[in-house]
Amino acid sequence: MTQPEFPKGRTMSAPLYRKVVAVAAAAGLAGLSLAACSTKSDDDGSSSSGGKVTITVDCQPVASQKELLANWNADVETFQKENPNIEIKSVSVGTQCNNPPDFTARLQGGTTTDVFYGYMTDLQQVLDSGQVMDITEYVNSTTIPTWESVDAGAKATFTEDGKVYGVPTKNYSMGLVYNKNLFQQAGLDVKNPPKTWPEVREAAKKIAALGNGIAGYSEYSAGNTGGWHFTAEIYSLGGQMVTADGKKADFNNPMGKQVLQTLKDMRFTDNSVGEKQLLQWPDLLTNAGAGKVGMFVGAPDATTAIVTQFQGKYQDWAMGPMPGQDGAAKATLGGGEGYFFKKGLSKEQVEAGLKWIAYQKLTPGKGQFDYVRAKPQNNPVGLPQPQLFTIGSAAYGQELEQRKANANVTVDDFAPFENNPVPVKVEPPNAQAIYAVLDAAMSAVLTDSKANIDQLLKTAEDKANQVLATGGTGS
Amino acid sequence: MATITAHGKPAGVSGPRPEPPARRQSRRRRQLQNNLTGYAFLIGAVVCFAVFSWYPMVRGIIMSFQRTRRGETTWVGWDNYERIINDPSFWTAWKNTFYFTALALILGYAVPFFVAILLNEFRHAKGYLRILVYLPVMLPPASALFLFKYYAYDPSDAGLFNAILNFFHLPTSDWMQSTTMTMPAMVIASTWMNMGAAVLIYLAALQNIPGELYEAAEIDGAGIWRRIWNVTIPQTKLILSLMAMLQIVATMQLFIEPLILANGAGTQDSATSVAYLIYQHGFFQNDLNGAAALGVIMLIVLAGFSFVYVRLTSRQD
Repeated sequence: MTQPEFPKGRTMSAPLYRKVVAVAAAAGLAGLSLAACSTKSDDDGSSSSGGKVTITVDCQPVASQKELLANWNADVETFQKENPNIEIKSVSVGTQCNNPPDFTARLQGGTTTDVFYGYMTDLQQVLDSGQVMDITEYVNSTTIPTWESVDAGAKATFTEDGKVYGVPTKNYSMGLVYNKNLFQQAGLDVKNPPKTWPEVREAAKKIAALGNGIAGYSEYSAGNTGGWHFTAEIYSLGGQMVTADGKKADFNNPMGKQVLQTLKDMRFTDNSVGEKQLLQWPDLLTNAGAGKVGMFVGAPDATTAIVTQFQGKYQDWAMGPMPGQDGAAKATLGGGEGYFFKKGLSKEQVEAGLKWIAYQKLTPGKGQFDYVRAKPQNNPVGLPQPQLFTIGSAAYGQELEQRKANANVTVDDFAPFENNPVPVKVEPPNAQAIYAVLDAAMSAVLTDSKANIDQLLKTAEDKANQVLATGGTGS
Repeated sequence: MATITAHGKPAGVSGPRPEPPARRQSRRRRQLQNNLTGYAFLIGAVVCFAVFSWYPMVRGIIMSFQRTRRGETTWVGWDNYERIINDPSFWTAWKNTFYFTALALILGYAVPFFVAILLNEFRHAKGYLRILVYLPVMLPPASALFLFKYYAYDPSDAGLFNAILNFFHLPTSDWMQSTTMTMPAMVIASTWMNMGAAVLIYLAALQNIPGELYEAAEIDGAGIWRRIWNVTIPQTKLILSLMAMLQIVATMQLFIEPLILANGAGTQDSATSVAYLIYQHGFFQNDLNGAAALGVIMLIVLAGFSFVYVRLTSRQD
C-alpha cells in the first residue's frame, strides 16, 4: 500500500498518523455523540409475576406540582385498591411530559415506560422507533368502558391503517386567549373579544398604550413555535401549509402574506407586540403570568400553564374564538395527547394499562375529570376543553354536567370560545421541519422593519419544498 | 576498522546469546507483574473512552449510512448525506459556524492573550486579579448565558449594554434580534465565559519565559510592542498554536450559545450552527440518521483542521 505523498517528498510518519487519528477522533466526537447515543435497551423492569401485573406509567406530576401530584398518587392508590392484581409504578418526566428532545431520547434509547405519554402528532415518530405496540385487539368497551363515546377524530390520530397504537386523553384547538384585567384597563369589552385580525390589531394598540412594558398581543418566533403559530394563523384565513397531496408547500400566497404583514404592522407600525421577540412557549407564558401580555393565540390549557407554572391567576384570563380576516375564522389548528404502549408488553400488562387510562383519563368523575376534587384546588374546572367525548354521548353529558356544577373558573369567560366553534385542522406533514423553516419568516417580520415579506415567503416556500421533496424527516 | 559481516555485525564481536525459553518467560512474567498496576489504572480510562466516546462515534458513522423506519433498519448508502446537504439550513449553518469561529479567533483568541500579558506585568494583587478573570469560568455556562440574554442583551434601553451605549450617546443595538449583531454578541458572551481558563494557561507560559530575554530586548531599545512581537510571541508559539487549534475545534462545535441566547436559530437563521442543526434533526425532526450524517461531515471538517495543526506543530518540533 502506498503512503500518501506530502509536500517536499516527505511521507507521513507512523507517529504523525497516530496523532492525526487521535486529534481527529477527539475533534469530531461531540457532534457524532449527539446523534449516536441511541442504543436500545429492553430492560424495562416491569413484569407480571405471582398473579400481580406491574406496569410503569409516565407523566406523573413533579414534586413542585403539589396538588396534581397528590391527586395522581391518590388515583394510583384507589386504582390499586380496586384492582389488587395491578401495580402501577409512576415515573415523572418533567413538568412538560413531552419535551421533544427528552421524548426523542427516551424513545430512541428504549427507556420509555410501559405506558408512555405522547402528542397526537408523535405517531409517526413512535412507529418509526419500533417501540410501540399495536393494541387494536385490546381496546374496546370492556377495557375502556367509555371507548365508544371517545371522539372519533381524536381516536383517528392514534390509528394508522386500521391499527390502534394509542389512546387519546386530551385534545385542544386554538383560539384567542386574553387578559381580562388589561382589557378592562384599556377600555375594551371583556365579554366581546376581537373576532377578526383587524379587531385584534386595534385592541392590541389600546392595550399596548397602557405602557409599563405591556404587549397588546404577543407572538412566538423561535424554537419552531413561530412556524407552529404561523400554521394556526394561516388556517384561520382558510389557507393550508401544504397541498392536498402533501408534496408542495402552499403558504406563499396572499393568505401567508396577510399573516406576516399583520404581525409586521403590529410590531413596527403599531408597536403593540413588544420589543422583545424570539419568544418561545415559556417566554411568552412567563410574560403572560406577569400580566404583561394582552392577547395571544393559544388553547384553553394555556391558562392552566399560566397559573400552575407561571404564577398567573385564573380570574385574569378569558378566551375567544380564533380570529378570522373578515369574519369568523375558517379553521384553527388542533392537537392533543394520549398514551402509547411499549412493544413487548404481555396481554395482561396492556389490559392493566388500558384499565388505568380508562380510570384516570376517560371516566367522568374520576382522575382528570374528578371535578369535585379539583374544585377547591388551584386546578381549573370549567374550561371548555378537553372535549374528548362525542357530543350527545352519555359520557359527554355526564362530564359536561359535572364540569358546570363544579366550575371554579368563570365559565362565561370561555363562552365566546365555546359557543363559536371553528373547524379544526391538524398539523402538516414534516411539521417540525416546516415550522423551523417558518420561524425565520416569523422572526424576520417581528425584528426587522425592512423585512421583505414576499422574499421571506419565497425563501420559506423553496426551503419547505426541499424538505418535502427529500422527505425532511427522512420519513 | 572493524569489518562488517554479511549479517551486519562487526567481525569478532559476538551478539547477545539467545536466552533459554524458561528465562525469557519468567522475564516476561516479571515485566507483566511490574506493569500490572499501570494496566489497572489504564483500564478505567480505556473502558470510559470505549463506552462513552469510541462506541458512539463508530455507531454514529454506521447510523449515517442507515435508515430506521417502523423499527426496521436498512442500509441506504449516501441517502442521509444527500438529504442533509439538501437541508435548507445546511449551508447557512456552516456559514454561521465559520463566521463564529473566525470572530472568536479575532476576539476570543487575542483578548485572553493580551489579558494574560497585562496580568503578568502586574506586581501587586496578582492572585486577586487571576481569580477575578477566572470567576466566569466557574459559573455554569447556561447561567452565564442567561445573564447575557436577560440583562446584557435586552433590546430595550433597560439592557446593560444598551444603557452603557446610551450613556456615551452611542447608537444602541437589538443584539440577539439583529441579524448582524447575533454572531458578535454570541462571541462576546462566549469569550467572557471561557477566557479565564485560557488566560491562566497563557500566564503559565509567559512565566516560563526567561527574564533576561526581556532585559536584553530592553537594552537593545525595544518598546513594549517590540518585546511582545520579538520575545513573547516566539517564546509562546507552541502554546499559542495549541490554543488556536483547541479554540477552532471548540468554536466549531458552537451549540449552547445559540440555544440559549437566540432560542435556537435566532432571527432569520442568523444563529443556526452545525451542532444546532444536528440537534434539530436528531431531536425535533425524527431524523437521527440525518443527524449522524451531519456529525460525520463535521468530523471530517474538524479532522482537516486537526491535520493542518499536526502538520504545523510537527514542523515546529
